[in-house]
Amino acid sequence: MASSIPTPTPDRGAQAGVVAYLVTTAAVLLLMMVFGLLMRLEQAEVTAMGPGWFYELMTLHGAGMVGIAGLAGAAIMWHFLRQYVDLSEKIFLANLAFFLVGVVMILGSVLLGHFHAAWTFLYPLPAKSMGAWSQEAAAAFMGGLLVIGVGFLLLYLDIARAVIARYGNFARALGWPQLFGRDDGNAPPPAVVASAMVTTVNIIGLVVGASILTMMLVNLYVPGFDIDPLLAKNLIYFFGHVFINASIYMAVIAVYEILPRYTQRPWKSNKVFLASWTASTLMVMFIYPHHLLMDFAMPKWMLIMGHIIGYLNGIPILVVTAYGTLMIVFRSGIRWDMASGLLFLSLFGWAAGAMPAIIDGTITVNYVMHNTLWVPGHFHTYLLLGMVTMVFGFMYYLGKQSLEAGDGMLDRAAFWLFAVATLGFTLSFLYSGQASVARRYAAHLPEWVPYARLGSVFAALVIVAVLVFLLRFLGRLRFAMRRAPRATSVRGAAA
Amino acid sequence: MSQQVAWQLSLVLMTLLACVFAYVGGTAGTREEDYTPLQKRAYRVRAWLFWILVLLFGPVMVYTLLDLPYDAATSRSGGAPAQIIEAVGYQWRWELSRDHVVAGEPVEFRVSSADVNHGFGIYDPDMRLVAQTQVMPGYTNKVRHTFDREGTYKVLCMEYCGIAHHNMMAEIKVGRPEERR
Repeated sequence: MASSIPTPTPDRGAQAGVVAYLVTTAAVLLLMMVFGLLMRLEQAEVTAMGPGWFYELMTLHGAGMVGIAGLAGAAIMWHFLRQYVDLSEKIFLANLAFFLVGVVMILGSVLLGHFHAAWTFLYPLPAKSMGAWSQEAAAAFMGGLLVIGVGFLLLYLDIARAVIARYGNFARALGWPQLFGRDDGNAPPPAVVASAMVTTVNIIGLVVGASILTMMLVNLYVPGFDIDPLLAKNLIYFFGHVFINASIYMAVIAVYEILPRYTQRPWKSNKVFLASWTASTLMVMFIYPHHLLMDFAMPKWMLIMGHIIGYLNGIPILVVTAYGTLMIVFRSGIRWDMASGLLFLSLFGWAAGAMPAIIDGTITVNYVMHNTLWVPGHFHTYLLLGMVTMVFGFMYYLGKQSLEAGDGMLDRAAFWLFAVATLGFTLSFLYSGQASVARRYAAHLPEWVPYARLGSVFAALVIVAVLVFLLRFLGRLRFAMRRAPRATSVRGAAA
Repeated sequence: MSQQVAWQLSLVLMTLLACVFAYVGGTAGTREEDYTPLQKRAYRVRAWLFWILVLLFGPVMVYTLLDLPYDAATSRSGGAPAQIIEAVGYQWRWELSRDHVVAGEPVEFRVSSADVNHGFGIYDPDMRLVAQTQVMPGYTNKVRHTFDREGTYKVLCMEYCGIAHHNMMAEIKVGRPEERR
């Protein structure tokens, strides 16, 4: 069976493009976290910026975080995938250029044009601002998203080209001959299987996203070009769901590639692994109606499908990836450092966040939880304590100066601060959700304010810890591009 | 009620996961050199885990499908509603055809929007969300709810709709049946 390399062989250093992606990630992530804190402080009545600013920051926070999750995930996937297939660095850099152009358009739309229809830009809100923003501001925002989407589409098309050139087709890249036939041990390694899945779903998702953005841009200037609001919502949530989930599936490649080097145990592409990734390929596309469970006009079978797949979707996460992580770490003699610790923590975050997410996807629960703070409660758990933590682990890994380099007290303190504060932050959201606190409210009712205050304290502590992670990464950039072994050897292993 | 169950269940499951990760992380310091037997044992445990999850989640998944809020005519309230409220969402106010109903009898809300997407969330006097549906231009969503006690209920917007989204509230007075008018 194919597996990730389980020995401390030298890692290829990061290409300049990967470093550029990660530096962009560090800057945008930190800024968006500060925006998030400001929103929480406003709800806590500590600041008084007013609803205009609040909803502008909310729009930037949502769009910025989704975009940067996609960018950081792509950096991880590209870095490891290029060990196996021949990727174009020019296209990789072109995607970053498209991303930055899109970011400038979005910043201009929000900060200069005061656009604040949220990152979900639900039709027809961008065209019906009640005078709060202009047609041009709405066009700049949606155009910015479209430009970013075009960049990502180019990247995934290049990945598709490279994967097909190496493996012949996507069925082979997903390991279907080994899954449905005899396992001859030649299934592609986990990084390739995950990349094939992400490329498949994201190409479809991005085309769907670009379609609705184009339709809404036309509608802005030709109002007679009417769009069915329910169709628009379906297209937006299909694209949004696929894109943000793909960011986790890209980032988890860091776990598949790095933890085996620390534990000197292989992560195998066996039948169970291949089956789970094929199942996830389908489920990530068909689960999206769970975002529309309160849209009673939807065909009922689609909503029931969303409910059922919501439960099934938890199985690959728990039984394959989280369990696989526990398996290779259990009595492995691993020497914990920041990179391995953060990657291990990230799998806990992903699995833990899946619990309230599955519960929220239950129709009868959604009936009294939808669009309360329960929703940011679960997605911040699996994105911040899951996906983003994988990115931090990858950053620490690239920044390792030598094989046995240890971490300072400050890093270790930041690790524990991050783990505790992120849990406190997400639990404060979840607790607010069970208390029926509505999400996306610039001003909270008096009885909701204490929850926002508690959440603000934890959010501030998260930012302190993240600041340590990011400054450490930026300070070690010179090591990131070196070809060197990085994973500390296990206890008791032969040198 | 559902909210407390969701919260407690989430806490239990997340704590369970934290314990497992802490245990494995804590025992990872010593190395069991031969991975193959450990792997075989782990695969057997995984098969058990899979079936435990299927047996735990499966019935819950099916059971929770038995009482869906979509079909007002077959909802748990049952019967033809004597009380109907037509509700229209505007940026940023609700227009209700009536704001007085009585407790103990089903109320059917027929909800639509005059402009953008809204969410029709009904909060009880303790500010607990008891029912909701999305509100969309061009569609009328029906949601049926039987108020089990008297008091002043609030309608809050549950879908972001612009700068005064958080102020988009209305009130429904729920009285005793003898107060019917």
